[in-house]
Amino acid sequence: MFEQVIFYTLAAVIALFSILAVNSTKLIRSAVYLLFVLLSTAGLYLLLGYYYLFAVQIAVYAGGIMVLFIFAIFLTHKPNEKIKPEPIKQRLAAMVLSLAGITFCAAVILQNITRVISLSTKEISTKELGITLMGTEKFQYLLPFEAVSILLLACIVGAIMIARKRN
Amino acid sequence: MLNQFFGNIIPLEGYIVVGLIMFFAGIYGFISRKSLMMILISVELILNAADLNFAAFNRYLFPEHSEGLFFALFTIVIAACETAVAIAIIINIYRNLNNIDVDALEAMQEPESDFEKIKF
Repeated sequence: MFEQVIFYTLAAVIALFSILAVNSTKLIRSAVYLLFVLLSTAGLYLLLGYYYLFAVQIAVYAGGIMVLFIFAIFLTHKPNEKIKPEPIKQRLAAMVLSLAGITFCAAVILQNITRVISLSTKEISTKELGITLMGTEKFQYLLPFEAVSILLLACIVGAIMIARKRN
Repeated sequence: MLNQFFGNIIPLEGYIVVGLIMFFAGIYGFISRKSLMMILISVELILNAADLNFAAFNRYLFPEHSEGLFFALFTIVIAACETAVAIAIIINIYRNLNNIDVDALEAMQEPESDFEKIKF
């Protein structure tokens, strides 16, 4: 019962703020709406029972990426600057396209998924998670883990290379 | 016991429809907005919707495996990389053009490239 109430609240928050985030004329507001969406998604992960994913979502998305966003907005925009609205034709075309897409996908989803409610209560322990992340056997993820670490390093170096001041 | 009866009645479609709304809000922003930062925010929405779908499908349909969890995990990390590089590029564009509208990016193409000759 409580979980249902929490789920529908989070769902409403996500739907509302994701639409507000792409419609706002002030960039900083848009970023804050995006932050709300990311935090509510973290709440949904919590409801699903993925506590580690919840922590990663909060730390990486809501923490790291949002700080990057806000820094970038302050570096590229004057405070209180409004973006001038896009041509109505472009907005209408985008709206028609996304409404068509949403109708099509919703029809496909609601016709093909008969109410699956078998949410398991099995918890994934931290030990199990660590072994899966660090093992080399089947269904274990050491290689992607290392690849991602190299990717992160490359992207730090690349971002500094691109954004540094040239004389 | 009470939790057994009342706790588990959120259907799978709930999560998917939430992801669907988030995804198409992202698509709408991606097509309609002209500021590069807004486009980046839309991309984040799209990626987040995909993550939510991975986690929900994994939990409901294959709870004994955890591929969806790890895929969502790696997607979050890759999204962080992508954002960092994209923001570096945007700051560089701002430094060169003083503007981050997509329309302003025309100034970056070479004077007599093939794009000039093709009339859309």
